[in-house]
Amino acid sequence: MSVDTATVAKIASLARIKVTDQDLEAMVPELNGILAWVEQLGEVDVIGIEPMTAVIPNTLRLRDDVIDADPLTGGNRRDAVLANAPAAEHGFFGVPKVIE
Amino acid sequence: MTDLTDLGVAAIRDGVAGGAFTALEVAEAFNANVAAAQGALNAFIVATPEAAIAAAKATDAKRAAGETLGAMAGVPIGMKDLFATKGVQTTAASAILEGFKPEYESTVSQKLWDAGCGMLGKLNLDQFAMGSSNETSAFGNVVSPWRKPGSNAPLAPGGSSGGSSAAIAARLCPAATGTDTGGSIRQPAAFTGISGIKPTYGRCSRWGVVAFASSLDQAGPMARDVTDCAIMLEAMAGFDPKDSTSLDLPVPNWTAALSADLKGKRVGIPREYRMDGMDEEIVALWEQGKAWLRDAGAEVIDISLPHTKYALPTYYIIAPAEASSNLARYDGVRYGLRDLPDGAGLQDMYAATRAAGFGPEVKRRILIGTYVLSAGFYDAYYTQAQKVRTLISRDFTDAFASCDVILAPTTPTAAFALGENSDDPLAMYLNDVFSVPASLAGLPAMSVPAGLSSEGLPLGLQLIGPAFDEQIVLNAGLAIEARAGFGARPEKWW
Repeated sequence: MSVDTATVAKIASLARIKVTDQDLEAMVPELNGILAWVEQLGEVDVIGIEPMTAVIPNTLRLRDDVIDADPLTGGNRRDAVLANAPAAEHGFFGVPKVIE
Repeated sequence: MTDLTDLGVAAIRDGVAGGAFTALEVAEAFNANVAAAQGALNAFIVATPEAAIAAAKATDAKRAAGETLGAMAGVPIGMKDLFATKGVQTTAASAILEGFKPEYESTVSQKLWDAGCGMLGKLNLDQFAMGSSNETSAFGNVVSPWRKPGSNAPLAPGGSSGGSSAAIAARLCPAATGTDTGGSIRQPAAFTGISGIKPTYGRCSRWGVVAFASSLDQAGPMARDVTDCAIMLEAMAGFDPKDSTSLDLPVPNWTAALSADLKGKRVGIPREYRMDGMDEEIVALWEQGKAWLRDAGAEVIDISLPHTKYALPTYYIIAPAEASSNLARYDGVRYGLRDLPDGAGLQDMYAATRAAGFGPEVKRRILIGTYVLSAGFYDAYYTQAQKVRTLISRDFTDAFASCDVILAPTTPTAAFALGENSDDPLAMYLNDVFSVPASLAGLPAMSVPAGLSSEGLPLGLQLIGPAFDEQIVLNAGLAIEARAGFGARPEKWW
């Protein structure tokens, strides 16, 4: 499978990355080179093989149902959460208007 | 008097504890080296001399008060700029995080401060740890302190932990943190003549480490010898409830159990790592490594890892897929860069921010990842890669039924020149051919310096162990270290 300019433009849009037409032209052969190379995986016989989900067998733990069990990741940290926001207003993240 | 910056972790710790010198003297000596080398090597994104001094003074005060000192008390280290450090800019070497000052400390860095380390600064790296030469950083290339004799051409320090490797080799720090997703500790260690170990996946907490590919990312120490790596790994490792894939196991006392005696151990040599057209110097070094391990008492046997050739393409589906998902968080809303063109809406802001903030290699991987995860292609690429990953992991399980540790080269060549591979992503990816399989299987793996190439550049040998058995990796590394007698260091030109 190979990608064309329209496909790369579509992927870039899905990934929310603005690309110029010039960048698109450069990316198409690069991505096709990488995709052609990874396609060799198609030749591997994987019948009956389960896809890997964890390299080291593990089960997902649940923390105790306690409020603020870890004060660092618990609540009441609004100012710390907003401290690095490019536009924090009135205790919220500020974004451009999304409803007309 | 000894130059304090020639000392490693154990020597500094013991010297401070024994009163041969103070932690403050050590910190000042390394701070001076960091400042003097910054213009030429660019190993640090931010230097924090005051943090190093403060930690040193705390250690000296503790010693004066007769308090128990930590396992790394008085040792100043470099912190790869992928670890969140409270109040100190953390960028992952990307413009999208420039100016980001975390409100919290990563688990691994906090453990190191608790052990008595001080921070010399935040080390440069490939942007989001994506690269093998430290050329994708938004803060400029790191230049290796090594040069070919008679040449001034700048060489790559390896990547992604290129600031860490360059700084340790140049005596700007005795040790540093690294992270390894597909070889980012081992390959730079090999390129600069130092040691580095990636432990079993889950040994070191990922909490507070900027995410690249979460099923592969693993932190580890880089230092100038195996013992220093063992000491630092003990300080970094341990269960962390804040990381869902953290191993809930006690941290072994690797340092106490270090032994270069390999009697009764079997060392596997994977025949598939012997590739067509392989550099003869690398082949010869590998042969030398076998002889050293035999001399240490081990039996050397041939093993097979049949799916080796598929490891790199598997990695270059899985890692970008995970990266495209992880890096979705950089949206110009919560932290980092925001690019808001006039009159732009929310979607336009996202796209403009990410276009301005991510470098070309990061964008390339996000696009590959987005493509292989997209409807219609998911099974052909991503599911197939996860199945092949199962087979690669199974290869290792089968091999470890007949051997205790695997010996292989770390890299296919010695360090290349900056710029040599940067126009060809595929050529750059091939650098990780020997390191990626162990990453995909989550296994502990280490690189130790083993010799110099005919051009006078360091070469490393790699040891890969079964899951949870860092000890055999460290011990075999120690056996090579003792026999290689690698004392070479870059001639100071910076």
